[in-house]
Amino acid sequence: MKINDVILRTVTKAVIFIILTLGVYLFFAGHHSPGGGFIGGLVLASAIVLLYLANDIETVHKGLPFNFKKVAAIGVLLATGTAMVSIFFNRPFLTQVATYIELPLLGKTSFSSVTLFEAGVALTVVGTVVTIILSISEEE
Amino acid sequence: MFISLAIALPFIIAALIPLIYKHIRQWHLGWFVLAVPVALFMFFIRFIQPVATGKVFTSTYAWIPSFNINFVTYLDGLSLIFVLLITGVGSLVTLYSIFYLSEKESLHHFYCYLLLFMGAMLGVVLSDNLMVLYAFWELTSVSSFLLIAFWHHRKASRAGARKAMVITVLGGISMLAGFLMLAQMADSFSVREIAAMTLTNEALFIPAMLCILLGAFTKSAQFPFHIWLPDAMEAPTPVSAYLHSATMVKAGIYLVARLSPVFGGSAVWFWVITVIGLITLFWGSFNAVRQTDLKALLAYSTVSQLGLIMSLFGVGSMAYYFGYADEHLIYTQATFAALFHLINHSTFKGALFMMVGIVDHEVGTRDIRRLGGLMAMMPVTFTIAMAGSLSMAGLPPFNGFLSKEMFFSAMLTIKNVDVFALSSIGILLPVIAWVASVFTFIYSVILVTKTFFGKFKPERLDKRPHEAPFGMLISPLILSLSMLLIFFFPNVLAQYILSPAMRSMYHEAPIEKIVPHITPWHFNTELMMTVGVILIGLLLYKYLPKWRRVYQIFTRERSFNALYDASIQKAEQWSDHVTMRYMTGNLTHYFMYIYVCFVTLVSGYFIIAGTFSYDATINAPIANYEWIMVFVIIFAAFYILFAKQRMTAVLLNSVIGYVIAFLFVVFRAPDLALTQLVVESITTVLFLVCFRYLPDLQAGKKRSKRARKWHGLIAIATGATVTMIGLAVLNYDKFAPISSYFDDALNLAGGANIVNTILGDFRAFDTMLEVVVLFIAGLGVYTLTKLKPKKGAAKDENQ
Repeated sequence: MKINDVILRTVTKAVIFIILTLGVYLFFAGHHSPGGGFIGGLVLASAIVLLYLANDIETVHKGLPFNFKKVAAIGVLLATGTAMVSIFFNRPFLTQVATYIELPLLGKTSFSSVTLFEAGVALTVVGTVVTIILSISEEE
Repeated sequence: MFISLAIALPFIIAALIPLIYKHIRQWHLGWFVLAVPVALFMFFIRFIQPVATGKVFTSTYAWIPSFNINFVTYLDGLSLIFVLLITGVGSLVTLYSIFYLSEKESLHHFYCYLLLFMGAMLGVVLSDNLMVLYAFWELTSVSSFLLIAFWHHRKASRAGARKAMVITVLGGISMLAGFLMLAQMADSFSVREIAAMTLTNEALFIPAMLCILLGAFTKSAQFPFHIWLPDAMEAPTPVSAYLHSATMVKAGIYLVARLSPVFGGSAVWFWVITVIGLITLFWGSFNAVRQTDLKALLAYSTVSQLGLIMSLFGVGSMAYYFGYADEHLIYTQATFAALFHLINHSTFKGALFMMVGIVDHEVGTRDIRRLGGLMAMMPVTFTIAMAGSLSMAGLPPFNGFLSKEMFFSAMLTIKNVDVFALSSIGILLPVIAWVASVFTFIYSVILVTKTFFGKFKPERLDKRPHEAPFGMLISPLILSLSMLLIFFFPNVLAQYILSPAMRSMYHEAPIEKIVPHITPWHFNTELMMTVGVILIGLLLYKYLPKWRRVYQIFTRERSFNALYDASIQKAEQWSDHVTMRYMTGNLTHYFMYIYVCFVTLVSGYFIIAGTFSYDATINAPIANYEWIMVFVIIFAAFYILFAKQRMTAVLLNSVIGYVIAFLFVVFRAPDLALTQLVVESITTVLFLVCFRYLPDLQAGKKRSKRARKWHGLIAIATGATVTMIGLAVLNYDKFAPISSYFDDALNLAGGANIVNTILGDFRAFDTMLEVVVLFIAGLGVYTLTKLKPKKGAAKDENQ
């Protein structure tokens, strides 16, 4: 998957940060407005896929030295792990809590344990999508 | 509270091992792991005193309360026996394994599995909820599988592991069915609550009992399911000593004991358990005599001893039938003997397995045809072997003698009972018991004499034998010492350990009357039977070469092993055959399966249930720009059919996807639109990546007219079905609507985005499992494309 396209690479450099920012925004916005773990994860994954499209695999791997299979595994662990935590507080499986805390700069901010669960979802999505695309495209 | 933590501790440490094992290279990993069973043993010892005074300890954690499945622990006398065995023998075995396994082995795997097993086994004996118990039960099967296959480069290890897994899981699933029937009858998953009810008249009583017994029998290696246990001896010896003699194989016995208050008193329960137990006792001891491998001999001996304990629980269940009047209390003695022998068996069999492990380790073989005359070279090992064998054969001054005598008395008592058609054939029970004891005596003699007496044959050995290192001897010596101590002070054990367990078996009985005073020195019929065992046993041992021919009747072709092998082979052949018929490797076929199933199921449902209704009058007006979008979609879909190149088809497909995303925007569903956009982009990339693997698009056009006609038909049916679903949802009322989530989202889930609160909170269970499925799919793609077998890999596999 080696594409030597100057325009694509230049555009990618600019666009990639917009997409990444959008992904992170969507992830955190999910609780109250459109977004969430799944979409956030997908957008992040598409950003990484775009990087792979514009550059070759080795270059991207230098910048993002992650094993995406492990990223996916951590995601699954996080999702199932946070689901299990509630048992230890004698609440049913998958119970989530949410609260509001006054922070100095941000004002009234909502904190919710579901964010961790969503992080698990997002990581799994990123890890799986990139793993699939990489393993198919890399094959000799 | 702390009890649940005690169950969790082995799992937590097991999860930590992969992270830390690299950092403690200079130490044997076993020293680190040893702390777990020792700490747990110390922790549970503190419960002996309060439990002996009749206290029980429970704790409840909500797990899935909507299904009545909660993590309820329950510690009473019966659980305490097993808990102390699991942690006590566990400590000794871990200590032993430190010297048995060299640091070159993949120790982090070994100890991870071992801890996994320990936690699961604690879970089995401490759970009050049937479903939780079942989950832990299967986990013990899985960890046993992993431990048997620890040396997985050996073919025999893998075969043994698979056999154990297939047989115990088969029983486990049947047990699950039994549990569900039981819960159905009692309307509760709690063992305690079920035990307090009378279910004898329910229609499902007998089926539930038989299903559960199948689970218990497969796990405890009862005839004819015993065949997995000898093959499981491929595991490292510490595992055999721990799982396959002291703890896991006793899970079935635990289950029988635990459920005795539920099923006891019924004739079926009595007969099935007693008869299967006695057959197992006889068959195990009879076959142990013919073995030439020391571990196989011990495996058959374990089978036989498990049968003995099982049959005693069968006899003990008679007490539920007769009640607790003074003249009937005698039947509870069988249960007492069973519990007593359970402990004794763990001590002497554990010691003997460790002894065999030492011989194997220091001499290099455990084949009795090559061994002999080791007494002078390994005096300590010899002492351990002697103590263990005497105890196993039921001779003083060791604990096995006491429980064996009690076993004889139980069988002598039961022959005089006049219910359940016992009067006619009751006499057979003590006879079988006595004959089996003769064989037990013979193989105990073989075990010691063939290994330690006779002529030393150095030319047949690969190593120069010498005494084992001290560390390896500690554990079996402790066990041997405890055999002696139990013989001399049996009543201490009876008072603190056995009597609380008796109380949990017989709630209503007067506790002081059902716990007998054990007298090591006595003179009665049972003693005469033991003397008979010794005399006849010695005689038969002397003339063993003369009557050995008997065993030639029972060849491998006529055994249950042959049946198992044949059924596995047939099952493989058959599934191979069936799979090959439909897994053609042709994508077109796979799509056809998917779509045909989809169309049949969905439209079949709508037709049979008659739920399809469509009313055009309630539709909202369709705006002009909506018409245009729909038209674009139709045009693109139609044009795909005539695309000459795959690239064109892919791009047209994306056009459809993006217009649909736009439609979502129009209908004010920003979440859906976003998702659709991103998914569409990523799918397009995926298509492009896969391009070079896909065949030429024109190839499809060369198909026969008939095939193309069918494909067209299926495609149209699929489209029609999807359209039908779309039209039907407007008036569909079979499921509760989710619109209430709109009002509750902020209150219950603390989020204003309803889509996300549904995904992350209301239906989080679905989401969690979807995440897992996604991950598995990713791994599947990875393994299919990346991990091809290396050259010569097949040869490595079959050493």
